[in-house]
Amino acid sequence: MIEVRNIYKSFDEVEVLKDISVVFEQGKTNLIIGQSGSGKTVLLKSIVGLHEIDQGEILYGDRNFSAMNFRARKVIRQEIGMVFQGGALFDSATVEENVMYPLDMFTDQSTEEKLERANFCLKRVNIENANDKYPSELSGGMRKRVAIARAISLNPKYLFCDEPNSGLDPKTSILIDNLIKEITEEFQTTTIVNTHDMNSVMEIGDKVVFIYKGVKCWEGSSQDIFDSDNRELNSFVFASKLTKKIKNIQP
Amino acid sequence: MKLLFHLGRYSRLLAKVFAKPEKKRIYFRQFLIELDRLGLDSVGIVFIISIFMGAVITIQTGLNLENPFIPLYLIGYGTRDSMILEFSSTIVSLILAGKVGSNIASEIGTMRVTEQIDALEIMGVNSASYLILPKILAAVFINPFLVILSIFIGIWGGWLGGCVLTDVLTTDAYIVGLRYAFVPFYITYSLFKTVVFAFIITSVSAYMGYFTEGGALEVGRSSTKAVVYSSVLILMFNLILTQLLLA
Ligand SMILES: Nc1ncnc2c1ncn2[C@@H]1O[C@H](COP(=O)(O)OP(=O)(O)O)[C@@H](O)[C@H]1O
Ligand SMILES: [Mg+2]
Repeated sequence: MIEVRNIYKSFDEVEVLKDISVVFEQGKTNLIIGQSGSGKTVLLKSIVGLHEIDQGEILYGDRNFSAMNFRARKVIRQEIGMVFQGGALFDSATVEENVMYPLDMFTDQSTEEKLERANFCLKRVNIENANDKYPSELSGGMRKRVAIARAISLNPKYLFCDEPNSGLDPKTSILIDNLIKEITEEFQTTTIVNTHDMNSVMEIGDKVVFIYKGVKCWEGSSQDIFDSDNRELNSFVFASKLTKKIKNIQP
Repeated sequence: MKLLFHLGRYSRLLAKVFAKPEKKRIYFRQFLIELDRLGLDSVGIVFIISIFMGAVITIQTGLNLENPFIPLYLIGYGTRDSMILEFSSTIVSLILAGKVGSNIASEIGTMRVTEQIDALEIMGVNSASYLILPKILAAVFINPFLVILSIFIGIWGGWLGGCVLTDVLTTDAYIVGLRYAFVPFYITYSLFKTVVFAFIITSVSAYMGYFTEGGALEVGRSSTKAVVYSSVLILMFNLILTQLLLA
């Protein structure tokens, strides 16, 4: 479980996050949704400590992450897996080296053990026979999957994904979404996913948090979304003709 | 004010770079990779510049010696000391600032804008140290060898230019000149400068790359800045070190 309490974050006087409090539960895919520029990435990066928050608290279980120094955070960092928007695979390393990297850095396993673990993770995301390829040789969907494999290589308790299906076609998006959900349930991770894709919301959202201009505007389950009368949420959800039609069909 | 900001951020970055490495074995592996990329990959360009510079210095000195009372062997002496004092250390470092500096800034800059640096940090890796320390150490270690290589090639190029290609002077006279009034301290001076320049090139370029914000366009800008700033700093420190060491 991760709890965020009253956090604020600004860049050069511009307030990007305003008084956000929310609880993200274990074994569930928690979604942060909102328009582009609403502050989703900043929120995610603040939770993992890539941005220092100005005010508030971030708790991993009962450990107060925001009050920790670099050294103490390192322990928690090793329980975190993160999938970045573009994948953020290391360009100069092969698929296999990318997935083995966290193991190289943080375990004393033998090369065989590391290789076995890497192959297990790659297999889990359905990537086979691509160990020696470089990221530039992979398709967008494969890159995301390798990034997921790297993120789960150290068996994380917490999994973060920033727009895991941006730039992917709808079918591949759903595959990636389901993969994240399966991994979450299988390994009982606390998973937080940023997305602006309503398909993902309906597909995998256990809990949904809606951010509007840096403020938490609404939270609930993906089922509640259609019944909500929150104006900002409605204008976000029913932005497209397709979703408007769905709303009209809904009894 | 901008200058103070950059100085402060640069020093903080260096403090992070020189923090105690976590996994020495992995750092050593990176060091070897950088040695290859920053050092061996530069041998070709150092070779070409040095041979032409040596040749041109020799021919030009020959053409400019009008006074018949000045012995010709001084041309060899001139080539040797020009290579040692200035050309091999400063000019080669300037060329390397262009090649290695832009390379480092664009590599680290790309890693920044594609969130690869964030990915390292999230794993708990000290990204500054992991990415930059091996580069600084590799350049500081390998550049003196490149400069020594450059001195020899330059002197050889001088012989090719002055004695083989043209007949500015005889091989015997050239060799007499090479042996004339040799000051071993000049080598120390030259190598010391090289080490300082290597540090400037790698750390300044890494700094430019590390703090890139934006996208591909900004990576290009950082890479240009890396070359410009490290070149200017090399020239400034060349003056300062010459005053300190030779004056
Ligand atoms: N490092 C930064 N410096 C200054 N402003 C930033 C920075 N990162 C994000 N912002 C600003 O914060 C706002 C939210 O951005 P972001 O979290 O990336 O949105 P999104 O919801 O699309 O992920 C944007 O207005 C952006 O310009
Ligand atoms: Mg974003």
